[in-house]
Amino acid sequence: MLSRVASSIYWLNRYIERAENYARFIEVNLNLTLDLPRGTTEQWEPLVATTGDHESFTGRYGKATKETVIQFLLADAENANSILSCLLAARENARSVREVISTDMWEQVNRFYLIVRAAASKGLSSQNVHAFLADVKANSHLFLGITDATMSHGEGWHFARLGRLLERADKTSRILDVKYFMLLPTVAEVGTPFDIIQWSALLKSASALEMYYKRFGRISPDDVATFLILDSTFPRAIRYCLIKSEDSLHAISGSEHGSYQNLAEKRLGRLRAELDFGDLEDCVSGGLHEFLDRFQGELNRVGDAVFDTFLAPRPIHSTITGAEAQ
Amino acid sequence: MSIRFSHYDPEGYYDELYEEKGQPRPGSTLLLRKFASLPEGELKKRQEAAERVILNMGMTFGVYGSDDGHEQIFPFDIVPRIVSASDWEHIESGLRQRMRALNLFIDDVYHDQKILKNGVIPNELIYSSKGFLQPCMGLNPPRGIWCHIAGIDLVRISDGRYYVLEDNTRCPSGVAYVLEARQVMKRTFPELFEAYRVRPVDGYPIQLLETLRSLSDLPDPTVVILTPGTFNSAYYEHSLLAQKMGVELVEASDLVVVDGSVHMRTTKGSQRVDVIYRRINADYLDPLAFRNDSVLGVPGLMDSYKRGRVALANAPGTGVSDDKAVYAYIPKIINYYLAEEPILANVPTYVCSDRRDRAYVLEHLDQLVVKATNEAGGYGMMIGPHASTQERADCARRIEADPRNYIAQPTLALSRVPTLVDDHLEGRHVDLRPYVLYGRDVYVLPGGMTRVALRKGSLVVNSSQGGGNKDTWVLS
Repeated sequence: MLSRVASSIYWLNRYIERAENYARFIEVNLNLTLDLPRGTTEQWEPLVATTGDHESFTGRYGKATKETVIQFLLADAENANSILSCLLAARENARSVREVISTDMWEQVNRFYLIVRAAASKGLSSQNVHAFLADVKANSHLFLGITDATMSHGEGWHFARLGRLLERADKTSRILDVKYFMLLPTVAEVGTPFDIIQWSALLKSASALEMYYKRFGRISPDDVATFLILDSTFPRAIRYCLIKSEDSLHAISGSEHGSYQNLAEKRLGRLRAELDFGDLEDCVSGGLHEFLDRFQGELNRVGDAVFDTFLAPRPIHSTITGAEAQ
Repeated sequence: MSIRFSHYDPEGYYDELYEEKGQPRPGSTLLLRKFASLPEGELKKRQEAAERVILNMGMTFGVYGSDDGHEQIFPFDIVPRIVSASDWEHIESGLRQRMRALNLFIDDVYHDQKILKNGVIPNELIYSSKGFLQPCMGLNPPRGIWCHIAGIDLVRISDGRYYVLEDNTRCPSGVAYVLEARQVMKRTFPELFEAYRVRPVDGYPIQLLETLRSLSDLPDPTVVILTPGTFNSAYYEHSLLAQKMGVELVEASDLVVVDGSVHMRTTKGSQRVDVIYRRINADYLDPLAFRNDSVLGVPGLMDSYKRGRVALANAPGTGVSDDKAVYAYIPKIINYYLAEEPILANVPTYVCSDRRDRAYVLEHLDQLVVKATNEAGGYGMMIGPHASTQERADCARRIEADPRNYIAQPTLALSRVPTLVDDHLEGRHVDLRPYVLYGRDVYVLPGGMTRVALRKGSLVVNSSQGGGNKDTWVLS
């Protein structure tokens, strides 16, 4: 497979996944603020902080309100990570590999883009923001389903899954982090019913609430963190994402599990092993937020290694023209 | 009856669906009867449904200078053009003849130049052609075929006969729209496809792949399409053809010449390429051979081609038969190489580099269409009867400054096809571009791109200038 093509498939899937997760970010915050006790102010600043685009936001919008933050994350073409920008980039990547992906995949990306573009240019009332965010998730799922059902599960598909799951691992860690930034009205509220409501809202926005209940039965902060970080079977859990990413990486290079042939496999293998052979205690002894922050850094280094190993245009050494004896 | 078909009037033009006012041609009776049976407003609804399908398919063209993700949605009219089996038989035999003659001509031009030595075509006409590439002299493409893929533009005028308007022998585009228009029509009028015997066009990608594979002696050659990239106006077509043929779509930066052979950069190292369907202009193919100012292209590609390590379709150099002044000589070319009369006639053409022709053109600018010999897409065209005095004067100055660059033709009363305007049908002018392949044998796709001038009275069918498309039904 052409390196350029692999790169476009990888990024196509990262952008679709990113758009879905931005919808989840907004959703978790909407859910959290809806449940706030009367008299407390809505907190939108923390959401911008979790995306890592804080500077770009304050530079252009100043104060974080529900309206400005939703505009920034959803419809701002100048924010390279907004849902609108993600779909534009996903579509451009899909367009450049139309011959590799299936027609059904292309048409889904194109439809998805048209839906987001229409919403972004029309503007959304608070009533239909919820419906729109549900639409974004559903369209992302549809794309994923179409990909699984219509594209051969060969090299291209593995690059697709790799992109999607590396992105998802990063975003799940950030969803978990929202709770860190989201201050409780008072310290005394920790562990109160209100705290529990917030944790369930968070699980819900990761589509994890029901699966969580099946495993743990009741909400406790430690169990929520255990589930979203260490579960090996829930598809939005970080460890699950790393296991499947690693499977794809090995399927692409042909090397065996438990060994590595390149830097991407080495870094990802180490990161995955850390979760395989650690418990929550090991992970968060220095603080959950600190763990997530470090994890995001390590994951970026995996992404860099994937780029260097497979996607970067490398020189092929040649003796161009004339050098060969005739 | 919601649409009064008996009121439709060809207004003196040759109409592809009507013999005369209210009188459909035999092949179109079924179609028009169907239209008439639809409830009020239904035709318009189906047009809108077709446009939604096109939007969702992402069928686009024309990437330059638009703000909306660079692309424009392909303008399409749901009333098809219908071509009878006997008309098509005539067209097909004419195209086969022309394709063979064009190739014999190109091969001669780059070898012995007998046709010049025998004085059939003036020497200077060839040497002054921008499509004539000196570095191609003496090249020997497989089986002596240079042009493997051509789009030959035809028009039909009031006498009911087809004429060749242009030979597109460099990188003709549009075939993707033929394939996609058919998909849209099948979704729009499934019941009509059951009633009609329309010849399918879906076989084109297979025929194209066979043509490309025939350029290599290997049992299973690696074929790729070379595109300038997503910003090219025909990118949609490049990707669609690659997808339908199951071959890689590459950009120049994906290719590299190693020890005289062409390779593509893959995630697992480099892979040898045997046949390239190039959709970039010949003079941008290789900065070492042609334009060294070009950042496009693959250094060393021409060298590899000359050594026979890679095949190119079309071969570089085919632009010489695409020159509109050379076009005027094609009937003589057919006669010279095949000793046959042309089955499809040319439109009478005045070559401005010829002194007598030029004098005639300058005197009759108000009646003629003037075209630049090396432009495509309707650029550089002046339609005398529709032009202002000032535009005609400007045109005369340009001709006098550079006569070689211009030809003129009579303003043709192009045939028309009924076209949906709001909720009724009006005649609009059309042309037809069939596609011809030449691998081991000549293949003509039964169908083609019918371009329609959507503006009332307009004769300009190019999509860059307000033209649209129709599906073309060749009946069996």
